[in-house]
Amino acid sequence: MNVVQNIISKYPDCGRDSLIPILQDIQVTEGYLSKKSIVEVGKHLDIPVSKIFGVATFYNQFRFEPYGKYHVQVCRGTACHVLGSSTVLQELEKHLKVKAGQTTRDGVFSVEVVACIGACGLAPVICVNGEFHAKVTSQTIKEILDHYKNLGE
Amino acid sequence: MDFTININNKKLAASKGETILEVMNRNGIKVPTLCHIKDAFPTGACRMCVVEDEKTGKLITSCSFPAEPDMHIQTHSARVVESRKTIIELLLSNHPDDCLYCVRNKNCELQDLSEELHVTERRIRGVKNKANLDLSSASIVRDPEKCILCGRCVYTCEEVMGVACIDFINRGNKSVIGTAFHQGLNTSSCINCGQCIMVCPTGALTEKNHFAQIQEALNNPKKRVVVQYAPSITVSMAEELGMKPGVDINGILNAALRKVGFDHIFDSSFSADLTIMEESAELIHRIQNGGTLPMITSCCPGWVKYAEEFVPEFIPNLSSCKSPQQMMGAIIKSYFADQENLKPSDIYSVAIMPCTAKKFEAQREEMTREGISDVDAVLTTRELAKFLKLFGVDMFNIKPELVDSPLGFRSTAGKLFGASGGVMEAAIRTAYHSITGKEMVDFQVSAVRGFDGRKETKLDIDGLELGVAVVNGMANAIKLLDELKGGRRDIHFIEIMACPGGCIGGGGQHIGTSEEQLKARMAALYRIDETERIKVSHKNPEIIDLYKNFLEKPLGHKSHELLHTTYHAREVVK
Repeated sequence: MNVVQNIISKYPDCGRDSLIPILQDIQVTEGYLSKKSIVEVGKHLDIPVSKIFGVATFYNQFRFEPYGKYHVQVCRGTACHVLGSSTVLQELEKHLKVKAGQTTRDGVFSVEVVACIGACGLAPVICVNGEFHAKVTSQTIKEILDHYKNLGE
Repeated sequence: MDFTININNKKLAASKGETILEVMNRNGIKVPTLCHIKDAFPTGACRMCVVEDEKTGKLITSCSFPAEPDMHIQTHSARVVESRKTIIELLLSNHPDDCLYCVRNKNCELQDLSEELHVTERRIRGVKNKANLDLSSASIVRDPEKCILCGRCVYTCEEVMGVACIDFINRGNKSVIGTAFHQGLNTSSCINCGQCIMVCPTGALTEKNHFAQIQEALNNPKKRVVVQYAPSITVSMAEELGMKPGVDINGILNAALRKVGFDHIFDSSFSADLTIMEESAELIHRIQNGGTLPMITSCCPGWVKYAEEFVPEFIPNLSSCKSPQQMMGAIIKSYFADQENLKPSDIYSVAIMPCTAKKFEAQREEMTREGISDVDAVLTTRELAKFLKLFGVDMFNIKPELVDSPLGFRSTAGKLFGASGGVMEAAIRTAYHSITGKEMVDFQVSAVRGFDGRKETKLDIDGLELGVAVVNGMANAIKLLDELKGGRRDIHFIEIMACPGGCIGGGGQHIGTSEEQLKARMAALYRIDETERIKVSHKNPEIIDLYKNFLEKPLGHKSHELLHTTYHAREVVK
């Protein structure tokens, strides 16, 4: 039995109303919702896959790609916003050639937008695998990314 | 009527559970709607139908708000008109400005409403939608930039067709309508029926156009360009041309197609007769030899694809007969080609169909022989009207002409294919003759006629009891298939048409077809059946000749090679 089947088996006789808890469980276990697991859930609950995709994309909590080796969280809270976090995000997306919510093709970086990390004094702030980087500018972004790239190799 | 409500200072009777919109429609008060679909659960998404509740001072959506006793409603107060206008202005603010290049120009609800509400200046400037065209499907083109998110396609795909290959994706201002995982329509469970196009208010959903290829073929002196038209075309084109619904334009259609430059004009009703010869023989063969029953018709390419995707366990039940379009295509590029001393590759074969799924069917691998498609291009009814305009054909001043022979003469049984129940009725007439050797006394099989989603009856042919069922609208078919899965055994023959009403309500027909127009089309087909003389496929003299000169006998060797096909289970995202 694979991971998804295992999770589904915990919801015997379930109906459409179990869809979100099942998706949440899958995300906790696998880190994201793969196409394969969505299709499998659809079969089990007898819900068209387009419907599940519609529900899952409605909520911010669901991801459709696995996390990268380095997961970059960009704070878009008020203080960071005022100090230019939108430029930071843009720069990040430009360098990594992905959009927020996506993972680079080599699987090294993933980008996520978060509301407020609670480190407003360090704004604009990004967090990579739990490490905080303060007062980020479009210049330092590249250095930070290079740092992790070199670590990876 | 249970109580009265006050609309525009007039007392109107209303029933419990009725919406304000229903009360208004019944009394001739028109308010604009966009997301509303009759008989569907209202969403109130577009808010075009807002009216003012004078007691609360609120603007409420009349499509979803139930009428209540002593309500006071204003439908066209200054505030209401202003809000409706603003809604349209907002919808236009991110809508592409390419009406002149849009296939739905002059036939667009958004355009009509902006005119009705007197939107004459660009008051709100928004960021235009940006999205990629989805050209992946053989039948349907999606242009999400033109989508106004009314959701009518989503409803139709799920509730009417039971397919649900599209849904609302994302949220808020990022909402789009799309397939699962944003994949192309071709890998989704779409069955190409085109009912989404029929309900789309704008040009966000259209059929894939084959004009350029056809024009090229017409201009190529080496190509013999032939055309066939489906049974329902002649009775369903009138609206597209601005004529009275239900007028049969058969004669002038022949003349018009000749004017355009088609070298030979064939009637798919002829190949519908041919389908009946093969299909009724197949049915009798299955009954007498313990074959898989119930046998289910395979004329409808939407249904065939549905079966391949969702219920492959019913593939053995599908009749192995090709659809009339493909039978005609095969005969044209074999028998006709031989007669005219042509190679199949010298012929360019066009089909005019009420259907977008036929475009998919024509390019199926099973429908080619030695790398050559039996049918090269398919035009829908809508496209045909545009095509005729392109060639300057004046349909109002043209003398009717006859169709070409052979492969043009039809019985009225073949013509009935255009309406739900028609294939069944035609098959019964010929099967009766095959079994008893006699003709039916009364050809009309009323039990399978009409607009009901499901029609069932039991027939007694010389002691042989035959249970038959006719369903139209995929959602109705799914219910019947579920009964079969549950063990129902009293049905021997089933006709399934994906579109509501059959081909006369097909996804390639006039956009904005009303129930009355559908009824007029069906009545026109029945009128043809009543007035003409040859009412059974097996008495069609050209069919008799075709078997004598070429095919030999139904289910014979040549038939198997040319007129029968196979199906296979399809893996799609569903």
